[in-house]
Amino acid sequence: MDFGFKLSPSSAINLDKVDTEKFAELHRAEPDVYKCMACGSCTSTCPANRFSGMSVRKVILGLQRGKEKEVIAMMKNCMLCGKCSMVCPRGINTRHLILSICRIYGEDMK
Amino acid sequence: MKENIVIIGGGIAGLEAACQLLDLGYKPIIIEKSDHLGGHVADWNCLFPDMTPAGDIVSALISKAADANIFLNTEISFVNKLQDSYNIMLSNGISIITRIMLVTTGFSVFDASKKEEYGYGVYDQVITNKDLEHWFNTGDDRRVNDSAMNAIGFVHCVGSRDEKARNSQCSKVCCITAVKQAIEMKQKFPEAMVYCFYMDLRMFGKKYEDFYISAQRDYGIRFIRGRVSEVSENIDGRVIVKAEDTLSGKPVKVTLDLLVLMAGMVCSQDSTKVANMIKLPLDSDGFLKSADNVADIIDSPKEGIFYAGACTGPKTVPETLAEARAAALKIHLYIMKK
Ligand SMILES: Cc1cc2nc3c(=O)[nH]c(=O)nc-3n(C[C@H](O)[C@H](O)[C@H](O)COP(=O)(O)OP(=O)(O)OC[C@H]3O[C@@H](n4cnc5c(N)ncnc54)[C@H](O)[C@@H]3O)c2cc1C
Ligand code: SF4
Ligand code: SF4
Ligand code: SF4
Repeated sequence: MDFGFKLSPSSAINLDKVDTEKFAELHRAEPDVYKCMACGSCTSTCPANRFSGMSVRKVILGLQRGKEKEVIAMMKNCMLCGKCSMVCPRGINTRHLILSICRIYGEDMK
Repeated sequence: MKENIVIIGGGIAGLEAACQLLDLGYKPIIIEKSDHLGGHVADWNCLFPDMTPAGDIVSALISKAADANIFLNTEISFVNKLQDSYNIMLSNGISIITRIMLVTTGFSVFDASKKEEYGYGVYDQVITNKDLEHWFNTGDDRRVNDSAMNAIGFVHCVGSRDEKARNSQCSKVCCITAVKQAIEMKQKFPEAMVYCFYMDLRMFGKKYEDFYISAQRDYGIRFIRGRVSEVSENIDGRVIVKAEDTLSGKPVKVTLDLLVLMAGMVCSQDSTKVANMIKLPLDSDGFLKSADNVADIIDSPKEGIFYAGACTGPKTVPETLAEARAAALKIHLYIMKK
């Protein structure tokens, strides 16, 4: 039957359905990941941001909001240059964090 | 009354405590390192949230404290611990025996040139909150060009909440100071666009939120949630500021005629020098450590030594004055008990 419109999946974040296990593993490996205050310094200095939208801030947030797929796609543009680590005011070793995400979320990356 | 009470630091904390002690019948001694009384507040123009002239507060305190023994341009050279008192040697050659000291050595404004990416001391259009207060007071700063003021920016958290600057603390007063200064600039330059780059807005005090709402509704100040990552100069001598606008998730760039850095409050080296001489501990935030941060901020861990004001952490003027009054009463009770 054609109603003249279609139902699109809800874009709301349902925290009840977010998989927290992998993030807990990430947190064990990188305790500082919870220190992020979402200031955006990493994004603003990232040379990959302009052409690909790569943003460590969005990666950290996305993994906690069940957006693993989008995050992983974004991370493929990271050049591991480490500029984000140099500016983070919370002293998070973001470059190392990215490597740990690759290790822990490796399967989703394929 | 013969008891010597030595107040180290003649800012508003030291002055207010001296006024109260004079009223209680004592004759306190104020030791002030600089050539004037009033400390930082003597450098400010108007105070949040009611735009009280800072000069009025300071001059009232100075005239009320006039009967104290005041030594300007004077520092403590060394302190000897005696049986149950201290022998203090001053830089002017005078020595004082006392069993009571009130430490009111205040804070320092963070040295903004340490955040090299913001270009303080490099670009002519970059000044600090402290410089702006000076300009409000004197109109004298060649970096502020009245004739071409189309866009002004304020950067929050400069040297605060920043592990790279070795200060993870929030300086507490700079959010509301930015709101105040942004409003003042908009009043002076109604045509100018005024931006505040913030990460969190900390409007903790009485009427601060109203001040913030007024900045938004009445003055149209633009609040952008993102930490400035980089400042550079363009060919016509304006500065370009870059950040992530974290609310839209997009990079932002804006060209400004003036950038004001909200430099934070840090423990002053003069405070730590005094702390070393009397063997007072420092707290994990770098400020002087109180006996207890909840129940007892005014007592130091050492008998007979008390604190008031910003030497124990970022404080506002009313908080500082309240502590100074409490410290005077504590000292009075301490003397009565003996
Ligand atoms: C940019 C800015 C704007 C502000 N605006 C406001 C406002 O509008 N409203 C408000 O409520 N608060 C404001 N504040 C906070 C306010 O400045 C402080 O609350 C106040 O200065 C604290 O007073 P104090 O006496 O403890 O310290 P200080 O003002 O730092 O005074 C300390 C004094 O001790 C002297 N001293 C230091 N060491 C020694 C030593 N070893 N020997 C002898 N003397 C010494 C110093 O020379 C100085 O005179 C502002 C702060 C900043 C940074
Ligand atoms: S390491 Fe990756 S995320 Fe960080 S600044 Fe470089 S490209 Fe951007
Ligand atoms: S710079 Fe650090 S604190 Fe700021 S958003 Fe990036 S990771 Fe988070
Ligand atoms: S008061 Fe505001 S500007 Fe100052 S350090 Fe705290 S959050 Fe930053």
